[in-house]
Amino acid sequence: MYVAVKGGERAIENAHALLAERRRGDRDVPELTLAQIGNQLTLAVDRVMSEGSLYDRELAALAIKQARGDLVEAVFLLRAYRTTLPRFGASQPLNTDGMDLRRRISATFKDLPGGQMLGPTFDYTHRLLDHNLAAGTEIPQAPLAPAPDTAARSVAALLSDDGLIEHPPEGHGEPADLTRDPLNFPAGRDLRLQNLARGDEGFLLALGYSTQRGYGRNHPFVGEIRYGEIEVGFLAEEIGFAVPLGTIEITECQMVNQFSGGDSEPPRFTCGYGLTFGQGERKAMSMALVDRALRATELGEATGAPAQDQEFVLSHSDNVQATGFVEHLKLPHYVDFQSELGLLRKLRADYFAQTDRADTQKAAE
Amino acid sequence: MTAPVYNFAYLDEQTKRMLRRALLKAIAIPGYQVPFASREMPMPYGWGTGGVQVTASILGPDDVLKVIDQGSDDTTNAVSIRKFFTRTAGVRTTTHTREATVIQTRHRVPETPLTEGQILVYQVPIPEPLRFLEPRESETRRMHALSEYGLMHVKLYEDIARHGHIATSYAYPVKVMDRHVMDPSPIPKFDNPKLDDCPALQLFGAGREKRVYAIPPYTRVVSLDFEDHPFEPYRHAADCELCGASDSYLDEVITDDQGSRMFVCSDTDYCESRRMRDGGNG
Repeated sequence: MYVAVKGGERAIENAHALLAERRRGDRDVPELTLAQIGNQLTLAVDRVMSEGSLYDRELAALAIKQARGDLVEAVFLLRAYRTTLPRFGASQPLNTDGMDLRRRISATFKDLPGGQMLGPTFDYTHRLLDHNLAAGTEIPQAPLAPAPDTAARSVAALLSDDGLIEHPPEGHGEPADLTRDPLNFPAGRDLRLQNLARGDEGFLLALGYSTQRGYGRNHPFVGEIRYGEIEVGFLAEEIGFAVPLGTIEITECQMVNQFSGGDSEPPRFTCGYGLTFGQGERKAMSMALVDRALRATELGEATGAPAQDQEFVLSHSDNVQATGFVEHLKLPHYVDFQSELGLLRKLRADYFAQTDRADTQKAAE
Repeated sequence: MTAPVYNFAYLDEQTKRMLRRALLKAIAIPGYQVPFASREMPMPYGWGTGGVQVTASILGPDDVLKVIDQGSDDTTNAVSIRKFFTRTAGVRTTTHTREATVIQTRHRVPETPLTEGQILVYQVPIPEPLRFLEPRESETRRMHALSEYGLMHVKLYEDIARHGHIATSYAYPVKVMDRHVMDPSPIPKFDNPKLDDCPALQLFGAGREKRVYAIPPYTRVVSLDFEDHPFEPYRHAADCELCGASDSYLDEVITDDQGSRMFVCSDTDYCESRRMRDGGNG
């Protein structure tokens, strides 16, 4: 006999208790510490901070632990915490020429002021599983060179001296903020870049990749990728000058793309731009490709590819929104499904009544 | 790391003010979708963040809150949202429609008629009734601005041509005050007539899509139809097997693997109150 479904509250509590149990796992294995996550799963922490749009290594590590390593869930936890924080303004624009570099590579010039600096990278490693790592062998101290004394101006700035590349756009005061104002279309580049910076790495990777395969091709070269530390300044109105808030790690990608120009303007290269917290080269590069693709209309290029469609890209880039809506299909839909069942039964009854009539008619003929 | 201290009903007062401004505009233009700066909530998008934000912005300490999902107070998501407000606002909660001052709902309108002073908050997944006819927001906003609703009528007409009936059984579009076509959220079309001339204020919140809209009390709400194919609310032709109601929307429950089924009220409070009144014979 059917009993009206009761006890939802109790079931939820029990499910949460089981989740905590599974999160802890085998109690004979030492529990993960936030310091371990923060130090040894650095790139996961970086990704969660970027897409969570909150720079706090410790909170991101906590989110990863709480999410059992599910990074999208961790991003969600961080975002939900971020909403509760007061926002007191926008920082000074970062001048990345003055970054304390850990890595800086260019694919457009063999050598350039400031030099190429490989830094900590998976590039050029052979992807062979390292069983020494499984055994936990002691790692020798890595040799470190002193910081170069030449300033490393960006490739875009160097090209711009000769007018070979478009000038970076002038800022217009306070940048847009889609966490404070609803996203409206058409969206300006500041808003688009903010959206992409918070966007899902996998989604941007696929879109960026699609532009390389001909869906909105824009002939990209990696002008440069730089990763390192930079100080964030904030203009305090009360005292009238910028005060340093602290130092963050960022990755910046400047993509040099196909020229524009025509009758009224000399031809020059154009730019796509990507920026992430921490070390996030894949994301920064994908972001730069998509940023450039989204400028197709502005630059008078052919449009129609998915990566060039701002409503499509900006409305679907956020993994917290996407995962929520996809996973909400797990929630009960009894009522709507019942309505559909009713309609379907009616349509089927109509169908069979009609075929029966047709059969009777045929038999009578 | 310090433990966060949350404001009454979770949202900070600035955010509530922003939401209330959007809601006032929505009430002033019934059925019009007002963009608002939706916040990330501690529950996933698509699980009622719009409704939760609307409720959070209108809730006062004296309110009595009821939360239902699929008509029931005890489904997982209703429990979760009710708990959220118990924890962050400390308001009194109830399962009785009559006692509640604010009712947050997903997919149903309570069977018990609402009264003046009550507010019904709907959770909305896709606020745009034209979305599946035209995916672009810039385009659909233009269509609303120009009252260009021909496309919707063509869709309904094509249903009739193909199936003999309008093949929309839930989230059935309505026209509010003869102006805006509006998505009533995925309620079964059985509930559509309850929206019309309702004494309660009806607010709709779509968090992921960042829109709120409203139907003020006693507003004309008409389900779209044709003269020769008038709107018909669907209800399974049976009585509730628990309380005997012949006027309520019914859930179908499969009771064994031999295909046995029974039909019971989807609105659990309505069903329980009827059984209580009849002395528990049900």
